[in-house]
Amino acid sequence: MAIVINGTEYPLPDDPRVSLLDLLREQLQLTGTKLGCNQGGCGACTVIVDGARVLSCLTLAVQADGREVRTIEGMVAADGGLHPLQQAFIEHDGFQCGYCTPGQICSAIAMVAEYRRGDPSYVTADLAEGPKGTTRQEIRERMSGNLCRCGAHNGIVDAIEELLAGEAP
Amino acid sequence: MRSFDYHCATNPAEALSIAGAAPARYLGGGTNLVDLMRQNIEAPAALVDVSRLPAVIEETPNGGLLIGAAVRNNVVAAHPSVRTRYPVLSRALLAGASAQIRNMATVGGNILQRTRCAYFYDAAGSHCNKREPGSGCDAIGGFNRYHAIFGASEHCIATHPSDMCVALAALDAVVHVKGPGGERDVPLLDLHRLPGDRPDIETVLQPGELITGVALSPSAAAAHSAYRKVRDRSSYAFALISVAAGLEVVDGRIADIRIALGGVAAKPWRALRAEEMLLGTDPAKERFLAALDAELAAAKTFDGNAFKVELAKRTVAAVLCELAGVNP
Ligand SMILES: Cc1cc2nc3c(=O)[nH]c(=O)nc-3n(C[C@H](O)[C@H](O)[C@H](O)COP(=O)(O)OP(=O)(O)OC[C@H]3O[C@@H](n4cnc5c(N)ncnc54)[C@H](O)[C@@H]3O)c2cc1C
Ligand code: FES
Ligand code: FES
Repeated sequence: MAIVINGTEYPLPDDPRVSLLDLLREQLQLTGTKLGCNQGGCGACTVIVDGARVLSCLTLAVQADGREVRTIEGMVAADGGLHPLQQAFIEHDGFQCGYCTPGQICSAIAMVAEYRRGDPSYVTADLAEGPKGTTRQEIRERMSGNLCRCGAHNGIVDAIEELLAGEAP
Repeated sequence: MRSFDYHCATNPAEALSIAGAAPARYLGGGTNLVDLMRQNIEAPAALVDVSRLPAVIEETPNGGLLIGAAVRNNVVAAHPSVRTRYPVLSRALLAGASAQIRNMATVGGNILQRTRCAYFYDAAGSHCNKREPGSGCDAIGGFNRYHAIFGASEHCIATHPSDMCVALAALDAVVHVKGPGGERDVPLLDLHRLPGDRPDIETVLQPGELITGVALSPSAAAAHSAYRKVRDRSSYAFALISVAAGLEVVDGRIADIRIALGGVAAKPWRALRAEEMLLGTDPAKERFLAALDAELAAAKTFDGNAFKVELAKRTVAAVLCELAGVNP
């Protein structure tokens, strides 16, 4: 039993009670992923498992057996620099204290892939057609699972809007 | 969290045999069960992970769909056939939780998720007959803004929180179940129980029974359907009330109509009385409102949730007007 985290393979814990979040933070010292509510209500612990954004606080580590996990530590660009979205967060004041930021970034990166795939959201007018363009309303709805206690949401939406605009459709 | 044994099943037969050997609970995405275990509200001795059972959405011979129990909520919502033939289901799923939770949550787990009543969750400080039979219900006479207006009892007024199930109720979905005694089909509308004097027994499923899938039949009303959810914040919040509806109008008359309400009972509530009154009539707002008045006459409200009657009435009427293309 093993999981791959940011390209490196790790053994799984023997105790099935260990959450993926605790495995990352307490056992592997990958403390970029944050613990907020520990009950699914805030999104601070968001990581990407096999391409899908999930909450690491509600994932038992054993359930990630054989999966590939990407955390904020794995988002650096090939040249070791910041991911374009991290740069956009800086430019648009997408954070104050920074506590929710790793979860926001992981969530947004996976969200962009969902958008590109044409997945609908609750606010998508025509479900069959899928989302049209990249509206702020769509971004807000798709990012509603990540709360920011500092209220940096407008900057966060600006940063994601820039990333979406910059990407080839 | 109490310690437990963990097993991962690769096929339903294996899941059943492991669950039969040790009194165990099935584990889907864990978004409800892991949370409840962490709070010591649930403490199973063993978990059988069924989230890796075959997760497929298949066409059925009658032109409908069979959705595997392990399919994740977001995968169902984004499936092309669900979006075009059962838009109410797609929209209801997208109205629930957050994208992260929908990526984890399975169809089976969504059906069997437990109430979000705050007194049920407050193991340290509150009485709850669902959590601890016989201890009382603090929601009655307490904070009951989110609680039931239909089918409640003096023992429990909790609601079932699922959005998906409201759509499945409107679609007359059938739940496929496998158990130690064989297979059976349970209409979604008959799966959840009303509280009565045993609010801790929430469904008609027997211990060890595994949900393997949900079957949907095709219909014109299913293809012309909608879901609307009213909540205290516009996303990532449970419903105050929600409405799933489908409509087929032929030659100016209602030929088929489905209305289901969420956030009003311990199960998704099908508004059969209103449907019966509207069948065969020509769609008009006044008639919708009158039918809803008749349906909601049976509502029993509490201090905190009396507003739900008017809210439900207006929301259903608005959704039906939209589906019928008449002036709201
Ligand atoms: C913060 C938050 C907000 C939420 N908001 C909403 C919302 O707005 N609307 C909404 O509808 N839901 C909401 N949810 C609830 C969410 O939809 C459920 O937690 C989820 O659908 C449960 O699915 P799961 O696969 O994770 O179930 P699990 O937690 O794995 O299991 C739930 C139950 O189902 C049983 N089970 C699982 N699979 C099977 C099976 N195949 N056969 C038999 N038994 C099975 C388990 O034993 C357990 O009792 C929210 C949850 C959270 C944490
Ligand atoms: S810590 Fe996981 S959602 Fe809040
Ligand atoms: S930046 Fe402080 S919580 Fe979001």
